[in-house]
Amino acid sequence: MRRGPRKWCEMKSLHEFLTMGGYAIYVWPAYIIAAVVMIVNLMLPAGRLKRLKAEIRRRRSINP
Amino acid sequence: MSPLLAVLSQDLRLAYRRRGEMTTPLMFFILVTMLFPLGLSPQPELLRTIAPGVLWVAALLAALISQQSLFKSDFDDGTLEQWLLIPAPLELLALARVASHWFVSGLPLVVLSPLMGILMNYPEAAMAEMALSLLFGTAILSLLGAVGAALTVGLRQSGVLLPILVLPLAIPVLIFGAQAAAQAARGEDPSGALYLLAALLVLGITLVPFAIAAAIRVSMES
Amino acid sequence: MDKHSWAWFHRFASPPYLYKVAGLLSPWFMWAAILLIAAGLYGGLWSSPPDYQQGDGFRIIYIHVPSAYLSMMCYSIVAIASAVGLIWRLKLAHAVAVAAAPLGASFTFLALITGSLWGKPMWGTFWVWDARLTSELILLFLYFGFIALNRAYEDRRSGDRAGAVLALVGVVNLPIIHYSVVWWNSLHQGSTKFFGNDAEIAASMLVPLLLMIFGFTCFFFACLLKRVQAEVLERERNAAWTAEVV
Repeated sequence: MRRGPRKWCEMKSLHEFLTMGGYAIYVWPAYIIAAVVMIVNLMLPAGRLKRLKAEIRRRRSINP
Repeated sequence: MSPLLAVLSQDLRLAYRRRGEMTTPLMFFILVTMLFPLGLSPQPELLRTIAPGVLWVAALLAALISQQSLFKSDFDDGTLEQWLLIPAPLELLALARVASHWFVSGLPLVVLSPLMGILMNYPEAAMAEMALSLLFGTAILSLLGAVGAALTVGLRQSGVLLPILVLPLAIPVLIFGAQAAAQAARGEDPSGALYLLAALLVLGITLVPFAIAAAIRVSMES
Repeated sequence: MDKHSWAWFHRFASPPYLYKVAGLLSPWFMWAAILLIAAGLYGGLWSSPPDYQQGDGFRIIYIHVPSAYLSMMCYSIVAIASAVGLIWRLKLAHAVAVAAAPLGASFTFLALITGSLWGKPMWGTFWVWDARLTSELILLFLYFGFIALNRAYEDRRSGDRAGAVLALVGVVNLPIIHYSVVWWNSLHQGSTKFFGNDAEIAASMLVPLLLMIFGFTCFFFACLLKRVQAEVLERERNAAWTAEVV
C-alpha cells in the first residue's frame, strides 16, 4: 500500500486528492462536518443579533 | 467549632427521627446491584470480574439519589436564610451538613457493601479494601453532591439537573475507587489507588466547602 | 496601584464599549481565519505527502487537533471569565462565559466526531476508550452541565453566578479528571496513539497543522466576539445606548 516518497509541494492528481488514497469516506465527512459546525457557529450569533436589533428597533418605534 | 457541632447534632437527631428515609438510598443501592446479575448472567466468574465496577456504579447512583434532599428542606423552611445571617462561617456550616449527610447515607452504604460483595461473588479476602475505597469515595461524593445540590436547590427541575452537574465531576472518584476494589480482588496491592482517593478527600474537604458556600449564596439571592 | 492602569479594565466593563470593540474586532479575526485556514487546507490536503504509516487517513489531524485544543482553551476562557465575574461582580464577564460555553461545546463535539472518524481506519472501530477521546467526552458533559444550569435559572444574574461556581469547580477538577482517565486507560489497554511510533512530526505536516490551529483560534474569537455582542445586546436591550447601534 505504501507509495514511493514524494517531495514536499509536489503536485498530485485530482483523483488522488478526491479519493484520499482510499480514506475518502473518513477524511471528507470529517471536513464536511467541521465545515457545517463552523458555518452554524457563524450563522447562529449573526441571526440572533439581527433578531435582537429588529426587536429593539420595533420597541423604539412604538415607544420612543 | 460550636456551630459545626450544633448543625451536626441537630442533623443527626433529625435523621434519627426520620430513620425511614435513610433506607431509601440503601434500597436503591441493593436494587441497582441486583440488576446486573439479572441483566447479564449469574455466572460466578463474570460476576467476580464486574463486581468492583458494579458495586461502585451502584454506590455512585445511590449517593446521587440521597443528595437531592441535602438542602431542600432547609431551603423550603428558611433555615438556609438563617445560615447566611448567623455570625458563623457558611463554609463551616456547609461542611457540617456534608458530614452529617455522609454519616446517615454514605456510612450505611459502606457497611452494607460487603453484603452486596457476597451477592456479586466478590472475594471475601478483599472486602476490607473495597469497603475502605467506598469509605473515602462516598465522602468525596457527598462533598461534590453538596455543590450540585446547593446550586439547584431553588430550581424546579433540580432532580434531572443534579446528575448532569455531579456525574462528570465524580468520574475520578469512580475510576480510583473501582480500580482499588478491582486490584484488591485480583490480589494486587490497591494502596496506590487508595492513597489517591484519600488525597482527593483531603483536597475536597479543604476546597469544596468554599464552593458549597458560594453556591448557597447564589441560590439564596434568586 | 495607579488609578490609570485600571482604566482599560473599567472601559471594558461598560457594555456599549465592549459591544463596539467586539463589533470592530470580529471581522478582522474572521479574515485572518479565512486566510490561515485556506493556507492550512492547501498545505494539509493538497501539497503535503501522505503519512508513511497512515496514508492519507492522517489528514483528519488538521481539524481534530485544532478542535481538541480549542475545546480545552474555551473551557479555560469560561472559567477565567467566571472567576472575574464572581470576584469583581462584573456582569459582562458572565456574558463572555455564557457566550463562550456553546462554542466550546461545539468544538468538543467536533473533536469527538473527527476523532472517531480517524479511529475507524486506525483502530477498526469508530470508538475506542482512548484517554483523549474519553476526556473530550467528559468535557462535553461539563459544558452541557454549565449551559443547562445557566439556563435553568429564570433570573439571569443568579444563573450567571450559579454557572460560574460550577465552571470553577469544573476547572479545578479538569486536570484530576484528565489524569485519572489517562491512568485508567494505561491500566486497561496499553497505549493507543494517534501518531505513529515515532512521535516526530514532519515539517510538511507541522506547518499546515500550525496554520490550522491559528486559523481555528482566529475563527473561534470571531465567533466569540459576535456571540458576546448578541449576549450584551440581549442583556442591555432596555438601556438607552442600544438605540444608537441598531
